[in-house]
Amino acid sequence: MKNIRNFCIIAHIDHGKSTLADRLLDYTGSVTEREKQNQLLDSMDLERERGITIKSHAIQMDYTYKGEQYILNLIDTPGHVDFSYEVSRSIAACEGALLIVDAAQSIQAQTISNLYLALENDLEIIPVLNKVDLPSANPEEVTDDIVELLGCDPEDVIHASGKTGFGVDKILEAVIERIPAPKGNPDEPLQALIFDSVYNTFRGIETYFRVFNGEIKKGQKIKFVATDKEYYADEVGTLKLTQIAKKSVKTGDVGYLITGIKTAKEVKVGDTITDFDNPTTNIIEGFEDVKPMVFAGIYPVDTEDYEELRNSMEKLQLNDASLVFAPESSAALGFGFRCGFLGMLHMEIIQERLEREFDMTVITTVPNVSYHAYTNKNPDEAFIVNNPSDLPDPSTVNRVEEPYIKATIITKSDFVGNVMSLCIEKRGMVLNQTYLTPERVELTFDMPLAEIVFDFYDRLKTVSKGYASFDYHPIGMKTSKLVRLDILLNAQPVDALSALIHADNAQNIGKKMCEKLKELIPRQQFDIPIQAAIGAKIISRETIKALRKDVTAKCYGGDISRKRKLLEKQKKGKKRMRQVGNVEIPQQAFMAVLKLND
Amino acid sequence: MSLNLEPHSTTTIDGVGIYIHIPFCKQACFYCDFHFSTSLKKKDELIDALILELELRKTEFETNTVATIYFGGGTPSVLSLDEINRILNAVFTNYAVTENPEITLEANPDDLSESKIIELSKSKINRLSIGVQSFFEADLKLMNRAHNADEAKRCLTLATQYFDNISVDLIYGIPGASHKQWQDNIQTVLDFNIPHISSYALTVEPKTALDALIKKGKIENVNEAQAEVQFHMLIEQLTAHGFQHYELSNFGKSGYFSVNNSAYWQGKKYIGIGPSAHSFTGESRSWNIANNSKYIKAIQSKTLPSEIENLSDNDKYNEYIMTGLRTIWGVSLQTIETQFGSDFKAYLLAQSDKYLKEELLYLDGDTLKISNKGKFLSDGIASHLFKI
Repeated sequence: MKNIRNFCIIAHIDHGKSTLADRLLDYTGSVTEREKQNQLLDSMDLERERGITIKSHAIQMDYTYKGEQYILNLIDTPGHVDFSYEVSRSIAACEGALLIVDAAQSIQAQTISNLYLALENDLEIIPVLNKVDLPSANPEEVTDDIVELLGCDPEDVIHASGKTGFGVDKILEAVIERIPAPKGNPDEPLQALIFDSVYNTFRGIETYFRVFNGEIKKGQKIKFVATDKEYYADEVGTLKLTQIAKKSVKTGDVGYLITGIKTAKEVKVGDTITDFDNPTTNIIEGFEDVKPMVFAGIYPVDTEDYEELRNSMEKLQLNDASLVFAPESSAALGFGFRCGFLGMLHMEIIQERLEREFDMTVITTVPNVSYHAYTNKNPDEAFIVNNPSDLPDPSTVNRVEEPYIKATIITKSDFVGNVMSLCIEKRGMVLNQTYLTPERVELTFDMPLAEIVFDFYDRLKTVSKGYASFDYHPIGMKTSKLVRLDILLNAQPVDALSALIHADNAQNIGKKMCEKLKELIPRQQFDIPIQAAIGAKIISRETIKALRKDVTAKCYGGDISRKRKLLEKQKKGKKRMRQVGNVEIPQQAFMAVLKLND
Repeated sequence: MSLNLEPHSTTTIDGVGIYIHIPFCKQACFYCDFHFSTSLKKKDELIDALILELELRKTEFETNTVATIYFGGGTPSVLSLDEINRILNAVFTNYAVTENPEITLEANPDDLSESKIIELSKSKINRLSIGVQSFFEADLKLMNRAHNADEAKRCLTLATQYFDNISVDLIYGIPGASHKQWQDNIQTVLDFNIPHISSYALTVEPKTALDALIKKGKIENVNEAQAEVQFHMLIEQLTAHGFQHYELSNFGKSGYFSVNNSAYWQGKKYIGIGPSAHSFTGESRSWNIANNSKYIKAIQSKTLPSEIENLSDNDKYNEYIMTGLRTIWGVSLQTIETQFGSDFKAYLLAQSDKYLKEELLYLDGDTLKISNKGKFLSDGIASHLFKI
């Protein structure tokens, strides 16, 4: 056990976490030439393309240091706020963390909140200044930022470059020298923490865990504490680039477990694994059932594909337990599902995976958060509203509550004014403003979560010229003055375009919605009026003029291929449209409310 | 693909076509996105290359005979009679040509002096396609045409004395041109007793001067409501004067349909000679590089600078829909069934249904055709009937 080191990496998106992890694998000889590819740990195509980590991953490296063999377990964590619970569990599985900071961009909000998590868990922090080879690197100043934040010695900050491999030896040295070996008692009953699970088509769910006490043996009868389910450990082993089956995984080590579980729902991140016959009394703290934060309808473009969509969603849920869905129906879109996501990125990922992995063309409706409505009849009982059309008749409603968050934003002092105005526009209340350094300011706000859903990230990026980072956590429900904004096309209400918004913004959003839809819905052979309404009151109106000319007048022999391809492309575009009444609505129109400021 | 077009066709083409692209213009019309150069420096080399390409490709048509030869551009009227004859000789030497082929020269009014017209009338050229576009000075200026209104009229007076088979190009939907002016343009062509008219809506192609000028606000944008009204005026006027609206942009009196253009819409084979020219074998389409120097260089080393695309059944179906709907011959359900199978026919009928109800399409016996009401929307309709 004294030669095991468990560590994770804390970093902001784009600060080079995955590349540096690749270098560590390289340097320790954990990958052969043949296996090398960029972002090794990000196994989903989507992760590689977007340069993000969606799932947690783990890999074991062997490393000889001063003549001794060490086992280094690296747990790679997602870097996006949508997945912060996964991050917290990965942190709980480690004794140390590499804090990777981009030498040009310095520390970001997301990094700080994860750093605090690591400190709360008593992790040894090894600060690494990455990308020091970049011309824009500012090592002195960023080192000062780190020193101030951690209270460490400037010498403790390791300079590195994931691109060139510079400093990788120093990092490994620090991992061994500074991070404590795991503690734990091999003789106690099994106590292991689940920090992730992965779905494998052939083998079912693979559970990733860290053993704190005791050991887990092949064939052992085990129990998952939170779900209260029992299994046999069909296979256990450690995680190299491929899995290495073992007879047992011992105290302090990280490994995988296969039990024949078929659905991800049964394996909850944060749960404790213990022995069935001799269970531990020591449950690992901090388990939470992850709750979805954002809800949206997902509908097949072709109504006939409903069953296929259900199958696809079920399969997706097998390896993404945080996706929840229930059937719903819309007057405009027919049968579909109301889905719950961890956040907006998670929603985008699900939509993209449905299209890529299952070849489903879907329409996603306006996302919303989960509201609590109280009726006059039952003023103490919350009625959960996950869909705007579920909001009871306004005359019967006593009050509506919406979820609030505490948001932390770190930006340059030049942009404080802009960021502040944006947050106030988004109904935020300023709580605090701290100068981390003369140039860097941390702002904290209380804000309705719903405002984050509506184009907050993009706006924040714009007003801060990209120099703002953002993190949040939920703080509970608050009463708000909310109304439902309905959209009518050709005088017919389209329920899938309805949104719950704050009464004070209704006029403005209604107007922008009409303008945006006018831009997004292609002209048809007749005029299409677009109206925004609150109840029976029309608050805004636009008209899409009828299409009068849709023909290429000149068509020479030479144009035939080109023109055919053009019309084929049009036809493909139409496949992604949904006919509602006699109006054809493109997919993007259903998300129009998110892009009102583009 | 060879389609049976008998019932309504006054021009059923037996032969195949040769299109020769002359990529030179004296000046650039603001709306044009065809391939051309305003520098005549490479003219001699290019003509040599055209002749060489004709030789290189002489076996492509196998046993088919050539029924139409078409000089397009660019502005083919920049060629001298001698140059035209050299090219035509290469055609006649290397290809089997029918007894009375249609031989068209596209010409601009400013090139058609009386002496030039007389010269041409003594050559094998037997059809002129004259790029008049408008008889109004303001229109011609706005489009940066090389001729003026007087030249347009004078050239038609002369041309009609020496040529019987003449086509005139007219453009409608020009910003600032009133319906009255458009009416006058139509009337002027009718007064000259021209037997064929090609008429196009002014279209703003990306990256043209017109596009840039409109974006800068120097020229008013085209207005589709104006174009639509003028399109219907055209149909009404010309059909009332004995023209058949045989293709979306083409009107001909009996016996004067363009053999060359009909070949495109009837799925006949054609060889396109010259830079940017397109060819069609029935099974594939190919196109030469749109660059004079590269074209010349490749041909000189006896290689064809072309790209080729083989057509799948699906492609062929889509093309038949697209071209068929543009013409008086329509889309024959019988042909769809025999050529592509009953699935395609069923699909086509299902997709057509809503347009039949809206009277944008109609069935003439077993043939699907576009109505006058549908004509200006035909791209969207064709696209809807496509299979992908």
